[in-house]
Amino acid sequence: MTTRRTGDLLITHARPYGEEAVDVAVRDGVVVEVGAGLSAPAGVMDAEVLDAGGLVLLPGFVDLHTHLREPGGEESETIATGSAAASLGGFTAVFAMPNTDPVADTEVVVEHVWRRGAEIGLVDVHPVGAVTVGLAGVRMAELGTMARSRAQVRMFSDDGRCVHDPLVMRRALEYASALDVVIAQHAEDHRLTAGAQAHEGVVASRLGLAGWPATAEETIVARDCALAREAGAALHVCHVSSARTVEVLRAAKAAGVRVSAEVTPHHLLLTDATLTGYDPVNKVNPPLRTAEDTKAVRAALAHGVIDVVATDHAPHAVQYKDTEWAAARPGMLGLQTALSVVVHTMVEPGLLDWRGVARVLSERPAEIGTLPDQGRPIAVGEPATFALVDPDGAWTVRGAALASRASNTPYEGMRLPATVVATVLRGRVTARNGKVRA
Amino acid sequence: MKHLLSVTDLDAAAATGLLDTSDRLKQALLGREVRKLPTLRGRTVITLFYEDSTRTRVSFEVAGKWMSADTVNVSAKGSSVSKGESLRDTGLTLSAMGADCVIVRHPASGAAHRLAAWSDQDRDATGTHTSVVNAGDGTHEHPTQALLDAATLRDRLGSVAGRRIGIVGDVLHSRVARSNVFLLATLGAEVVLVAPPTLLPVGVEQWPCRVGPELDAELPTLDAVMMLRVQAERMHGSFFPSAREYAVGYGLSQERAALLPEHAVVLHPGPMMRGMEIAPAVADSPGAAILAQVRNGVHVRMAVLYHLLAGAPE
Repeated sequence: MTTRRTGDLLITHARPYGEEAVDVAVRDGVVVEVGAGLSAPAGVMDAEVLDAGGLVLLPGFVDLHTHLREPGGEESETIATGSAAASLGGFTAVFAMPNTDPVADTEVVVEHVWRRGAEIGLVDVHPVGAVTVGLAGVRMAELGTMARSRAQVRMFSDDGRCVHDPLVMRRALEYASALDVVIAQHAEDHRLTAGAQAHEGVVASRLGLAGWPATAEETIVARDCALAREAGAALHVCHVSSARTVEVLRAAKAAGVRVSAEVTPHHLLLTDATLTGYDPVNKVNPPLRTAEDTKAVRAALAHGVIDVVATDHAPHAVQYKDTEWAAARPGMLGLQTALSVVVHTMVEPGLLDWRGVARVLSERPAEIGTLPDQGRPIAVGEPATFALVDPDGAWTVRGAALASRASNTPYEGMRLPATVVATVLRGRVTARNGKVRA
Repeated sequence: MKHLLSVTDLDAAAATGLLDTSDRLKQALLGREVRKLPTLRGRTVITLFYEDSTRTRVSFEVAGKWMSADTVNVSAKGSSVSKGESLRDTGLTLSAMGADCVIVRHPASGAAHRLAAWSDQDRDATGTHTSVVNAGDGTHEHPTQALLDAATLRDRLGSVAGRRIGIVGDVLHSRVARSNVFLLATLGAEVVLVAPPTLLPVGVEQWPCRVGPELDAELPTLDAVMMLRVQAERMHGSFFPSAREYAVGYGLSQERAALLPEHAVVLHPGPMMRGMEIAPAVADSPGAAILAQVRNGVHVRMAVLYHLLAGAPE
């Protein structure tokens, strides 16, 4: 006799990638059968049944860029609340940036983050290690030790700050190439963005907000692509925000540079036109740019010049946001709204189909982050790690109702398409109908 | 009018209405031994200044006092959360103490907008009503400065509409320039900016003005020229090579002032850097209206308080 175990599951009438409806039988977290009219997986008496009712089944989403704030920033987010937001957003793996307090620049901190993620168990939490000690941009952190730790760090970044010194960046890329890890760069030449508050353009200029010129991103990306080519190393460009940067990436990829890039949902949808009321909920780094830029990054994502969507989920407690613009911290929530924004900006206009959504939200990020059991095909023998999506669902975003501890969503009150109905991590349902499963 | 945050809160009729009220108040006070009108008796006006200022703060205070308002000055140092109470809490505290009007100067662009938004939320919650006047926010705007400039130009030139007015200098960092460009354009003036390219804002070509490449070429056709202050920190920011080169290219020397038509007015928002953007002899010449600007400042600010607090003609 067998009993019901975590990791046994029968999903009925799901449409993988929006295609023909099938049933998916899961045993012990692994897909054992895909086909029509399936019953519970062999050897299982009463597996949990998830009636998908024709909804779209995708591989679970992988987010290369989140800020979970723990340790040190627990008033804004914790690994627990961030994990809940992730699983409600359809994510099954997230990368947590190292700009915590203390900074995740040692084995001890990355293992702590990794262990907390595992204890909570809603998503796989992969700590990103700092490139330099204390994010100071001077001395390389112990990349090898972090890579070999139990956290198995595969991505390093000083995100929030740019590894500005070209020599430090060169050495980091060279050193990383032997570890088979990727350096993710926050591309911002701080000499060009001193005091910057908003995209340097017509809107900021009228509002008297010091400008963050797109060239400050473009020039660092160009430099880093040259350095990565020379080092034969993998470079990942965080949060591409401008049309100019897209052109640099296109040329670098054509030249064979091992470069990948991400775009955030907010850079796909929002522009600096939102700034006129000075509400700092719209303050983010890199800043919201122009409609031309959103058009360019959407096209780049559709054509693979930009590889993935990553949220740059950046919770900030109210006291860090409900201030004058210049005093507010940059960043916005993203985990629970990512899919809806991608559907709104990419699927609805016909720039991506569901296969494309799976590529940019799951398959490519898993490759870039070197996660062997994420972003896998929906097929027998593969991990049962899924997001079940209602493409016809629509919802109104309310920051207070999101699972994050902070509520700084730029989409407050907006009605967005598509809802995540269930999230499955290795056969275990982590979220269903807007509620997480502990 | 609930708040005065930006000159774009004012259309031509509203701006002209304020200037007319300012003129009437000026006439009403003219030759009076006791310069006190009872208009705002029992009203509380608080100036909340996060930056050093002499003329603007005093001007608002005098304006309030001449209208019998109770005026209180708060000078706050530091502006970020880490340095003390948040702007929001300070604003709500002053509202709770019964401020009818908070006049705010702040180094952050948009600070007055934020204060007004919090005040409006508070009004919805508690029924208290506090008007906010922007007395200079970062590099954004300084609306009452533009109004007093317009009042001065009206006095000297008879009208603003149809006049050609040059604004010279650090437009990029100037809230005075932003307020003036948009208010003067609203009032029908033609505005010409002259500045080194490093001190012109991105997208200035979409503002309602023209950019003139050379000061000497513009001066003979101007009805007025407004010289902007060059702040000391700009001299070390690679915006221009040296104070000397700036003065040669963009300073209003005596020789240059001679290129202006005879009726032309010279304005400066103060404080002046004599010898840098303006020669002392020009600043003290009959064409200069710099002290007239200061005098008009009080009347214009009286008009603003009157319109905000006594609900003067919409």
